[in-house]
Amino acid sequence: MKKILETKNLCKSFGAIKVADELNFHVAENEALGIIGPNGAGKTSLFNLITGTIKQDKGNIFYQGESIDHLNVPNRCHQGISRSFQIPQPFGGLSVFENTFVAASHGAGLSTAIANKTCIQILEQTGLLSKANQIANTLTLLERKRLELARALCAKPKILLLDEIAGGLTESECQLLIQTIFAIKDTGISIIWIEHIVHALMSVVDRLTVINFGAKIADGPPKEIMNSKDVKEIYIGIEADA
Amino acid sequence: MNKEYEILQSSKVSRASGFIAIFLIIFLFFAPWWAGRADIRLLSEIFLYLSLASLWNLLAGYCGLVSVGQQAFVGLGGYLLFALTIFSGFNPFAAILVSGILGALISLPVAFLIFRLRGAYFAIGTWVVAEVFRLSFAQIQSLGGGSGSSLPVGIVKSIASSKAMRESLTYWMILGLTVFILLSVYLILRSRRGIALIAIRDNELASQSLGINILRSKLFVYVVTAGLTTILGGLIFLQKLRISPDAAFNVNDWTAFVIFIVVIGGIGTIEGPIIGVLVFFILRETLADLGSIYLIMLGFVAIFVMIRAPKGIWGFVSSKYNIELFPLSRKLKEIKGE
Ligand SMILES: Nc1ncnc2c1ncn2[C@@H]1O[C@H](COP(=O)(O)OP(=O)(O)OP(=O)(O)O)[C@@H](O)[C@H]1O
Ligand SMILES: [Mg+2]
Repeated sequence: MKKILETKNLCKSFGAIKVADELNFHVAENEALGIIGPNGAGKTSLFNLITGTIKQDKGNIFYQGESIDHLNVPNRCHQGISRSFQIPQPFGGLSVFENTFVAASHGAGLSTAIANKTCIQILEQTGLLSKANQIANTLTLLERKRLELARALCAKPKILLLDEIAGGLTESECQLLIQTIFAIKDTGISIIWIEHIVHALMSVVDRLTVINFGAKIADGPPKEIMNSKDVKEIYIGIEADA
Repeated sequence: MNKEYEILQSSKVSRASGFIAIFLIIFLFFAPWWAGRADIRLLSEIFLYLSLASLWNLLAGYCGLVSVGQQAFVGLGGYLLFALTIFSGFNPFAAILVSGILGALISLPVAFLIFRLRGAYFAIGTWVVAEVFRLSFAQIQSLGGGSGSSLPVGIVKSIASSKAMRESLTYWMILGLTVFILLSVYLILRSRRGIALIAIRDNELASQSLGINILRSKLFVYVVTAGLTTILGGLIFLQKLRISPDAAFNVNDWTAFVIFIVVIGGIGTIEGPIIGVLVFFILRETLADLGSIYLIMLGFVAIFVMIRAPKGIWGFVSSKYNIELFPLSRKLKEIKGE
């Protein structure tokens, strides 16, 4: 399988805190990779490194076989890397539709007519169409998280980075989200999903990577990983936190 | 059941205000026939301030580029008009257009310097640049050095032989440019570039991550604004026929009053500068005889509005009655099909 994204010996620390410690991991094309790890393990920081909002101290990031270390944040998005934010970052004064339109027109570079169509279709897919004209500031936290997903999708990514989008959902909402993510995967998009709601993650991802203190401590088939002794210890930690 | 949707960027209100705007422009076009000379001068000045205010609003209200140094480009435009007509034999109107391009080009290295600065430092940086411009032009002896010079009679006559015709021509140029600037600002903000500017203003982190190059977006606005402000400067001094460094690079006239207009009217709204310029001129025409008390009054009005309506008069009205005369929003509308 071809790798769409790969990191080599990625290192990053904030003072004494190591958020990436000689991190080597990869995602194959059309693979869904799950990432778990305790709070503060460096999961969100990993997304920040991949999208370029923070720069690594050492190591390289490869995307479709080429180093992207020299690319700035918007260019990485144009190349097909798009993310949702754990703490939603809506354009507060713009409507839900306009939020997604920014992603479709600038992130994906679509013409206005095609961007409009794309946004409508993705808003429908993510269940936000009825809120299309609502100003993003007035959305609830759950709606904002859904907007994060919709907006990231409108940038037409080849690899989608999802950061804790299932938290706070009811069981049926969670099932809908899982279906949505399966549908996204069916269109050929690779996915990295960071999630504390482990059962949701387990039902979607092909592979699971566990991170602690910025280092990879396990990687493999989801069931196997969850049953390993090292991970169980941390998993219990996560459950206690969540 | 297959629903169809369309995206609308206008409303009934906006179509009505567009219609009224066109009617008003036609009415103002004929001003030389129905207004006296003093009124024409006043109208010209109102349009010039409206243009300066709209440009500053685009810069500060939409891009967060709070410049207190736009007089650099007003003065530059004035001096380029004098230099190009006196030394290079340009027709005055051609000189003004050329100076617009030159102003935009000169703004590039200026941006290179000041874009490294943030917030208050950026503001101070723009002011320093304007002072450097003022001191530099004061050194040019052939343009009168520190005391300035007048536009030679021959050049003034080349605009039009009669004084009345000259004043009318200048008036139409100013009116035309004002319409062009207001329309440009509006169309920029309604465009994809415009929604990117608003996205940056709302959330820099997200806008970058969704493919917007923040620096490039702001640079675009800075350069366009500089070019148009330079053109305005040319027209301002074509009307005055006399230039000096202190008048050309005056921070009060070309920046402080402009900021007053935008802040009073409503920063970050299309309608704000229009309301602001009306308030400013009403105050000026009624209070100007009071001398320095007039400036104190302006200060009080500014403080009062900032405390009672921080988003300016238009911000207050539009949030209270939920109206936009010139909408920027893109609304999803369901087309009721079969
Ligand atoms: N820009 C920053 N400056 C300083 N410290 C930071 C910065 N970003 C993250 N950190 C620190 O790095 C550590 C890892 O943060 P990160 O957000 O990556 O964790 P996480 O694995 O996503 O945790 P969570 O499960 O709580 O979301 C935390 O201790 C955090 O405080
Ligand atoms: Mg996190």
